[in-house]
Amino acid sequence: MDFTTIIGLEIHVQLQTQTKLFCGCPTTFNPDQPNIQTCPVCLGLPGALPVMNRDAFQLSLKTALALNLELAKFTKWDRKQYYYPDLPKGYQISQYDLPFSSNGHLDIDVPSTGETRRIGIIRAHLEEDAGKNLHDESGRGSDSQVDLNRAGTPLLEIVSQPDLRSAEEAKTYMEEMRLLLLTIGVSDCNMQEGSMRCDANVNLHVHENGESIPTPIVEVKNLNSFKFLEAAIEYEVQRQRAAWQNSRQRMGEPGSHKTTRGFDPHRGVTFEQRGKEEAADYRYFPDPDLVPVTVSDEQLAAIRATLVEFPAARRRRYQQQLGLSAYDARVIADQGADFATYFDAVVSVCSDGKQAANWLTQDVLREMNDRRLSITEFPISSDVLGALLTQVKMAELTIKAAREVFTALLTDWEEHETTPTADRIEAIVKERGLATVNDTGAIEAVVNAVIVRNEKAVADLRAGKMQAIGAIVGQVMKELKGADAKVVRQMILDTLGIS
Amino acid sequence: MSILAATTSELLGQLSNRSLSAVELTQACLAAIEKHEPQVGALLTINRDNALAQAAGIDRRRQAGEPVGALAGLPIVLKDNICTQGLKTTCASRMLENFVPPYDAHVTSRLQQADAVLIGKANLDEFAMGSSTENSALGKTTNPWNVAHAAGGSSGGSAAAVASGFAPLSLGSDTGGSIRQPASFCGVVGLKPTYGRVSRFGLVAYASSLDQIGPFANDVTGAALLLDAISGHDGRDSTSVHAPATQTAATVEQPLAGLRVGVVREHFAEGLDAEVEAAVKRAVDVYRSLGATIVEISLPHSKYAIAVYYLIACSEASSNLARYDGVHYGHRAAEFTNMVDMYKASRSEGFGDEVKRRIMLGAYALSAGYYDAYYLKALKVRRLIRNDFDAAFQQVDVIASPVNPTPAFKLGEMTADPLKMYLADIYTISANLAGIPGISIPAGMNSARLPIGLQLLAAPFEEDKLLRAARMFEREHGPAPRPFVDGSSSR
Repeated sequence: MDFTTIIGLEIHVQLQTQTKLFCGCPTTFNPDQPNIQTCPVCLGLPGALPVMNRDAFQLSLKTALALNLELAKFTKWDRKQYYYPDLPKGYQISQYDLPFSSNGHLDIDVPSTGETRRIGIIRAHLEEDAGKNLHDESGRGSDSQVDLNRAGTPLLEIVSQPDLRSAEEAKTYMEEMRLLLLTIGVSDCNMQEGSMRCDANVNLHVHENGESIPTPIVEVKNLNSFKFLEAAIEYEVQRQRAAWQNSRQRMGEPGSHKTTRGFDPHRGVTFEQRGKEEAADYRYFPDPDLVPVTVSDEQLAAIRATLVEFPAARRRRYQQQLGLSAYDARVIADQGADFATYFDAVVSVCSDGKQAANWLTQDVLREMNDRRLSITEFPISSDVLGALLTQVKMAELTIKAAREVFTALLTDWEEHETTPTADRIEAIVKERGLATVNDTGAIEAVVNAVIVRNEKAVADLRAGKMQAIGAIVGQVMKELKGADAKVVRQMILDTLGIS
Repeated sequence: MSILAATTSELLGQLSNRSLSAVELTQACLAAIEKHEPQVGALLTINRDNALAQAAGIDRRRQAGEPVGALAGLPIVLKDNICTQGLKTTCASRMLENFVPPYDAHVTSRLQQADAVLIGKANLDEFAMGSSTENSALGKTTNPWNVAHAAGGSSGGSAAAVASGFAPLSLGSDTGGSIRQPASFCGVVGLKPTYGRVSRFGLVAYASSLDQIGPFANDVTGAALLLDAISGHDGRDSTSVHAPATQTAATVEQPLAGLRVGVVREHFAEGLDAEVEAAVKRAVDVYRSLGATIVEISLPHSKYAIAVYYLIACSEASSNLARYDGVHYGHRAAEFTNMVDMYKASRSEGFGDEVKRRIMLGAYALSAGYYDAYYLKALKVRRLIRNDFDAAFQQVDVIASPVNPTPAFKLGEMTADPLKMYLADIYTISANLAGIPGISIPAGMNSARLPIGLQLLAAPFEEDKLLRAARMFEREHGPAPRPFVDGSSSR
């Protein structure tokens, strides 16, 4: 069966403001004390009125700029009306036909193909979150309960064009979006706590006899991890494939309206949820309690000035200017702004991007993970690491020696709380005699001495067993830690007259 | 008692020079309540003990030479759709029959700062929907002038309370005329400020883009003093205009030289009671005699005003009342089979017929397929109605008109035909649509000894001009009679 998978993602992101979108209640995640982060406004008490949180709007503008969205000069709030216990006013303040931003894009690098794809974004708008309903999952029929702590939290809804073509692309898009939003500091994007949520709209275009037939769209809701997102889409594609082969039902035919499905991660399947006979009528109208918002050019300029380098641009810079591999560039950029900033600082000291990349992706990351430290907590500052790598670059230390210094610095810090400094590097190198020995005379002397002590190995060497040189080199290196093994090897060969 | 016949200013003077104490005044009001409330039925809650305690506190502070607020010692009644912390706020509905707000409305706080004495909460049409207070689910209010007649609505209780001497001041709310019309029926002064002038924070919403809280008093200066005490920007109301409190009392005694009074061609048509028409024309003559120029003006889109109002008000109301679902406060049905049933039962039991009628109208007008033809169209015509007033106020300073086509109708007379009740709003409704301020002042009695009101309208934010013009008439016309105070009611 020849088909194309069509996926669009709707992402809801909680903005990390101090307070809710229309009142002064805190937005901290607090499942253990229900209904304490509330006030007359977010409870929807009689007579309460909303007041827009300007900070939330600023963060939204920042996000829109990062996603290349066009900003509406004039935008308004609309009431989306429906009844549900977690919606205290009986309507959600959202944006309907004049969202604050529209028509943008996010570029993603698809891992399996290495292709860069531009994923269109239809719109991003602001709305308030609902509260939480807690149902008796045991089925024993106890009352459902409502916690309104979350009601009123600012949510950014980002709707993509149906430009994604596979579960892998969808996952990559989510990951890139998350990284970007973390980088610009608008949300903590914690999918487990629900500060980043995703619904996927999936259908197929079946190619038959020169025709491209769309199947009915299925919305898969509340996928709260990247793994689940990928798994749910993959399952759904196969399910729709089978459904097409059985029923041949096209989008738009009677009985083929958009359906909603949930995802069961234990069984790895999607399942049908509430049936939507037709689209609900939300009776949208402009909220008469709020005034429209206009955005000036000055405001936009001020926000643009606060924007940091985005992950995609950073990855490109690493590859193009520093010659990093795509893999290394991704590893460094994906660790977030702080890690990338550390990397940049190291490079500015030692001027060796590739070397810095090796150390960051291997040694530093390993130590961070083993010791459960973030890069900002990591005891070796970028200056100090930079100094160390500079010595390697200048061939004052071998990489092996530098690694020994690195480990020593960390041990000192761990056991004696000694702060690693460039001076400490000098001290350690001196104490352990790690400095590269470049004095050919000294090396020669040791080489000669070792050759004399190793008659058998030398004999083997002369007989053509090249492996025998290893032992000789090893003994020289033991005495001269700072010597370059390659130089030693060559010297041995030269001394013995072997080519 | 004679002190209840005094003007607000006179009372403030006596309180200030301590010839009258706050406790004495409060007791006098409570005595009036005890005597006449059984027939008038203006109040849903009487705040007796707290009011006396508050009054005593004010007297103590004044005695000690401490500063007191601008309205110190004056009893006041608040319409029961204005939130008062710790004191039931029912909106005259079964839905909120036992609702005690955990917070004060902005105006409630302002009155507390002004040291007004909160003596009671007044009856109203349920959720402020109505023109007679007959839609109250919790009480019956009669016109203090004639027990068989309506006090008007929706702020009938607030108007009747002031007319009856239960308090010299009260607050009502006006969405389509709900201060001005009951003021005219009860023979008191009632003012609707410019939209945005007084914070709506804590006013239980009916129609968000039309509602305004405003003062009732027995005299124009009293209304001015009360407006000054409650107006001014409040950051908790996004529609509150960025302007300080008004200072209308300071200028109210200054007549307006060269006053241009507009009379609307479209107003003097069929359906206007002959005695009302005569009273309004006499009032216009008074202005002429005071040196004003009378200008005939036109408000060509007047005829659409009622339709526009009911579409906008009901649409907004259908949304504002969605929160009354029995889930987190208010009436919840005792019996239901599932969640949807709980919603249906709670709302069916909690709301009266008129409220249901308006919610249904509004939900329909906003529904998919009808939004453009009804709500959106109404918003556009609203702009045209406002344009009419903007043009008119280029030619005149104030517009004079009747308040209602008739004086107070009999109780039960209009309830059979809700539409007939709606159509009577023609004089007051446009001011809410345009957001302009308006006042009703007593302008005589008809042959059945029922009050007739004169309405004055002014351009946005010109309350000072409006009150000065009103005072000009009042000074000439003389103080309005009071139903119980000088024994002139037909009971």
